[in-house]
Amino acid sequence: MKNFRKKPVVRWLIIASVIIAVVVVYAFGFSVTDVNFATTREEQRLTSLTRILRALAHPDIIEYDQVEQNVDVPFHLPCPPGSTPPISVDTSGAYIVVSPACAGPGDAVTIEGFKFLPNTSGPVNFIAQSGVSLQLGSFQTDSNGSFQLTGELPNRQPVEEAQAIRATARQNIGPPRISRTGELVFEKIVETVFIALLATTFGAILAIPLSFIAAQNLMSEIRSPLTSVSLTLLGWPIGIFLGGAVAIQIGRLAESILGDTAFISGSLALSALAIGLASVTTVSREKEQISDVSTRLIRTVGYVVGGIAAIVISYLVAYIMLLVGDALIEPLGPLGFLGNFVHQLGDSLLMLTPVLAALIAGGALGSLGGSVGQRASDRLDSRTVRIINLGVAALAGAATFALIGAAIDWFYQILDINRTFVIPAILGAIGGALLTLRVDPRQSLPIGYWVYFVTRTILNGIRSVEPLIMVIVFVVWVGIGPFAGAVALALHTVAALGKLFSEQVESIAEGPLEAVRATGANRAQVIKFAVVPQIVPPYISFLMYRWDINVRFSTIIGFAGGGGIGFLLQQNIRLLDYRAASAAMLAIAIVVSSMDYISSAIRRRFV
Amino acid sequence: MLEVKNLTKIYPGDVLALDNVSFTVESGEFLAVIGLSGSGKSTLLRCINRLVEPTDGQIIWNGVDVTQASQDELLHIRRKIGMVFQHFNLVNRSKVITNVLSGRLGYANSVLSLLNRFSRKDMEMAMAQMERVGIADQANKRADELSGGQQQRVGIARAMMQEPEIMLADEPVASLDPVLAHSIMQHLEDVNKDDGVMVICSLHFLDLVHRYAHRAIALNEGKLMFDGSPKAIDDAKFKEIYGRDAERVG
Repeated sequence: MKNFRKKPVVRWLIIASVIIAVVVVYAFGFSVTDVNFATTREEQRLTSLTRILRALAHPDIIEYDQVEQNVDVPFHLPCPPGSTPPISVDTSGAYIVVSPACAGPGDAVTIEGFKFLPNTSGPVNFIAQSGVSLQLGSFQTDSNGSFQLTGELPNRQPVEEAQAIRATARQNIGPPRISRTGELVFEKIVETVFIALLATTFGAILAIPLSFIAAQNLMSEIRSPLTSVSLTLLGWPIGIFLGGAVAIQIGRLAESILGDTAFISGSLALSALAIGLASVTTVSREKEQISDVSTRLIRTVGYVVGGIAAIVISYLVAYIMLLVGDALIEPLGPLGFLGNFVHQLGDSLLMLTPVLAALIAGGALGSLGGSVGQRASDRLDSRTVRIINLGVAALAGAATFALIGAAIDWFYQILDINRTFVIPAILGAIGGALLTLRVDPRQSLPIGYWVYFVTRTILNGIRSVEPLIMVIVFVVWVGIGPFAGAVALALHTVAALGKLFSEQVESIAEGPLEAVRATGANRAQVIKFAVVPQIVPPYISFLMYRWDINVRFSTIIGFAGGGGIGFLLQQNIRLLDYRAASAAMLAIAIVVSSMDYISSAIRRRFV
Repeated sequence: MLEVKNLTKIYPGDVLALDNVSFTVESGEFLAVIGLSGSGKSTLLRCINRLVEPTDGQIIWNGVDVTQASQDELLHIRRKIGMVFQHFNLVNRSKVITNVLSGRLGYANSVLSLLNRFSRKDMEMAMAQMERVGIADQANKRADELSGGQQQRVGIARAMMQEPEIMLADEPVASLDPVLAHSIMQHLEDVNKDDGVMVICSLHFLDLVHRYAHRAIALNEGKLMFDGSPKAIDDAKFKEIYGRDAERVG
């Protein structure tokens, strides 16, 4: 309130200077953005504007079959020296009369037409010697089939011989049909919608698990002592390496037995049996008391056997899908895309199997390391734990830094083993050892919070790159077309939905979590019974919202080579074909607004 | 027997919630915990099943130190300690039956429970527990369609699914009207008398304490102010627990 007690003069001065400052800012803005209202009134520009707006108002969607009637009359440009040779006009059919019969460049001529079909229209062109036609005007015949128009002759080099003036009358016949542009627009808009569909679905599938890792309230309660963290850090890369290597070996084996049906079915049956046996040993109906070492060992063997059998099955199923898919394409005819779908699913299974095997093995070994570390620091005395920590933390630090060094080497091609491997490893080992000395050996570190922080940072990083830029990379990888666009949009969707979803997880009610935790449920059970029921409605809501965004984005992702209708739109704008561009824009408007309506209807139903 | 020894909890920011609290509870006892809001009642109850990690002290239950249990051991301890809450803490969008079954998660196989598969025995037990508190006909409704009193009954049924040896009740009737409060307290009394479950219940109203509890302890700013029979809370003791300006109601 103090400001208002100032003397009136001071107040007026302040107001005046604020006004002046605002005026200066906007004045500078006008100059920077080249605001020039004179251009908006220039006649030439207005003519162009009218032409474009009219073209845009006539989207090229419908066309008719046309009959064309060409009538030529010879014409001298300029008039030849001496007398003009008389022009004989055949007046039995349609004919045109040009007056004067010859003229110089830029002169006005009047063209009269007779005996044309009534109520037809078309252009009158000057046909130059080279065959180029230059429009003089367009006409519309009256009910007698006559017309009259005045046009201005083009400025051309003088030509001695007679050139021609041609009237072309066109008449629509038959029913209207979708134009070629219309068909193309339809095809591309379907492509656009499916780009959005695939990007949204696959993006959301990846975003859901990520959103739990990126939720602070779920992650910050995960705390582990240093031994556990170090062993987890060591377990992950070893597991990834082992899982990947084993899967790739099994994949080679599976490929080599492909020809033999008996062999394939035999291994499938054997693997299914192995999984069955493994699940009998590992899954019990009830949680028993804390299990002893021998049951844990049996279980571990069971998990490994079951995992290997699952890899075998996965590969065989993938190869079978490849074969079946290929075989289906021909006989299915127009439904051949189903065969291709099976083929592509098999192919993606083939690609995903080693990745998933590596990740699962990494996770398993990581959590095994984690629980071994947890037990060690629970059971052993402080001094022993500290000595163990010194070793494993140094090792884990070395491994982590060496991996980071390898990543840097890959990007920047330093190719110096000292700088990318030895020095980082030594630094990491020293860092791990220092950490051991700094923290109390039993103290639980907020590892969950670190994971949360790193995940959030990565998600924010990816999210800040627009799909239009991402698509440039994917165009290089998978080629120009809708696939690149779908992958780029999917990646952006993962990041955007991951963040939105995780914020929903963070805003759920704590009470039910506490209650379910109090029953002795483990972390996965708490998520299934207390978290998931609370986040279903907001997840669906955000999924629909993202679907909406993706539809809009897929309409322009083609500008950068990502397929869909954007590609067509950009092409037509560059070709100055505004009627075709208008058709594309109309299609976009229809699809975006109807998707908007559908998504809000679905949202209303679920929330 | 549950022994709480020198229990101290300091929240981040140096907030002292429990200050060196010691007491014991016999098996089969109904213990009331009284005190003003913010006196540390909820923290005390949550330390017993380690929903809140104590800063210092021991909680020894049947000879096992709960505060030293590893994560695996903790889950096995928790499943024997049921808990009901002031705000019921049901999962609102889930069915009543699902809420009740979630009390069984400490026993159920994790993979199967994640697929929503519970054993026939667990299903029958859930029906029996709902029958017992009179909500069996509501089993397939969403939890948030129920009234407050019914929701707290779901909470009790959920806790009873754990076949608990201790029942922690954190102001179980503070959000309910007096009539409902008595019906919920009677369910807890049944649990205590018929099943022999030790009940530790924080309460606001002294008449409820007199009516249901065998023994009461009182907290004020995290300190144990009283430990004895509810009848022993005379006016002088009352002012000590609730402060000089407090007046007795009800």
